[in-house]
Amino acid sequence: MLLAFDTATPFVTVALHDGEDVVAERRSEQRMKHGEQLAPLIDGLLREAGLVRQDLTALAVGTGPGPFTGLRVGLVTARTLALVLDIPAYGVCTLDAIALEAAEGLGHSTDFVVATDARRKEVYLAAYDEQGARLSGPVVDRPAAVATELPVAGEGARLYPEQFSRPVAPELPSAGWLARAVAEERVELTDPEPRYLRRPDASVPAAPKKVS
Amino acid sequence: MRSQSGTTQGPLVLGIETSCDETGVGLVRGTTLLADAIASSVDEHARFGGVVPEVASRAHLEAMVPTIERACETAEVRLDDVDAIAVTSGPGLAGALLVGVAAAKALAIGLGKPIYGVNHLAAHVAVDQLEHGPLPEPCLALLVSGGHSSLLEVADVTVGVQPLGATIDDAAGEAFDKVARLLGLPFPGGPHIDRQAREGQVTIDFPRGLTSRRDLERHRFDFSFSGLKTAVARWVEARQASGEPVPVADVAASFQEAVCDVLVRKALDAAAERGIEDLLIGGGVAANSRLRAMAVERAGARGVRVRVPRPGLCTDNGAMVAALGAELVARGRQPSALDLPADSSMPITTVVA
Ligand SMILES: [Zn+2]
Repeated sequence: MLLAFDTATPFVTVALHDGEDVVAERRSEQRMKHGEQLAPLIDGLLREAGLVRQDLTALAVGTGPGPFTGLRVGLVTARTLALVLDIPAYGVCTLDAIALEAAEGLGHSTDFVVATDARRKEVYLAAYDEQGARLSGPVVDRPAAVATELPVAGEGARLYPEQFSRPVAPELPSAGWLARAVAEERVELTDPEPRYLRRPDASVPAAPKKVS
Repeated sequence: MRSQSGTTQGPLVLGIETSCDETGVGLVRGTTLLADAIASSVDEHARFGGVVPEVASRAHLEAMVPTIERACETAEVRLDDVDAIAVTSGPGLAGALLVGVAAAKALAIGLGKPIYGVNHLAAHVAVDQLEHGPLPEPCLALLVSGGHSSLLEVADVTVGVQPLGATIDDAAGEAFDKVARLLGLPFPGGPHIDRQAREGQVTIDFPRGLTSRRDLERHRFDFSFSGLKTAVARWVEARQASGEPVPVADVAASFQEAVCDVLVRKALDAAAERGIEDLLIGGGVAANSRLRAMAVERAGARGVRVRVPRPGLCTDNGAMVAALGAELVARGRQPSALDLPADSSMPITTVVA
């Protein structure tokens, strides 16, 4: 039984996959508060599926890119659960999970782009072929610098309609698709390492200011 | 082979601390310390002159699993043996706290064991049990570090802590860092000031914050270190302007004396006023050798007993969180819910979130 979750966007998404198909899936009701919502969602999903923690055989987690604080909640949860349950934790680029669902929705007919909210008036963005295989990215950039006529999945299309004029579903990642991506080996699997794409904001201070 | 932990009594609790720049994982059985594993990102912050929250949070994520593993190896226990998880849920840096809280929840889910989200300051108090046995009740706690300077009355550390006073501006440890920088000493400043001060003499009479008669009416047990820091800066600048060398060791000794004097004086006044005979000192600044010596010396004259954990337990660590967790379990306190938040401004009066 594979447990999948993603915390790289404003919502938390969790799902269980039994090797054949997704057997349960939930999304958080509130925006943000990843740290408060993820554990109860996992706990509730296991109960709903009539499973216990010992039934889990692998984990899949979205590695972003996404806002750092929420992203880390998913990654540290995956790493720690993997340690205590002694099962593997696979990392999947969050944009790749969105792309698989988008490719399906587009009928595997066209190249497209996934763009999510990177805040600070920027987007996280990657380009995909009609099968949902990543062609380039992910990068973080201003929408104007990466504007496209191609279909765009992810929240970026809604936030920046002038730069991304062809919005397509889905807007948010789904852990169900994340689980399928891993179970069906349709994406590149990595260690559960965060894709920050940005360095921490920090500046070396100047000499102490005079007080007199 | 049966591990040592198997032969001692009490609940086995794993504690996680990530409120600032130390990733701490401790294992405690009852009041026995089994492991205190620490990873610090302090070197990554040094060139910034202070802790950079995002740098600290990234370091916590990387250090979490290796530090848990190291704690288990040291204690010779398996995670399956753990009876409960405790974690600092506040106060502290929001993003940093969250990494620890999320890891603790994963442990709680993965082990099917209860989780206690605890107050960092109460944990600084509880840690002393690992070294000096059960806490006297009530006791007075002076907690001083880079993040906090508080005087607390502790009747039962698992139930509540009453604040008597706190800093109204800089924390004591912050003043050490800032003065160290003025004197060209590295970050964090505390150990460097302490070392310099031992080579110097108390030659300069720096101001004691909030000790005038008028201040004592409104801020009986509060602290202020901002004025002191400015006074040191003025003194050093005047010295530099006159072309004379700055006597670093003497400035350090005089500054340190002023800080310790106010801390000890107010703590002992509070003990007298509240009729409390035991003073516990904790937090990173409690590692300062002059503070320890001065407290012991002056308290003895006033019939107050002083307890100070060894320096390694005074600075932030996982053992202190595990110590408080073990006491909460032993006293049958209610655990936290799985939607436990990380609360950067958790009130001091709340022990378990
Ligand atoms: Zn502390």
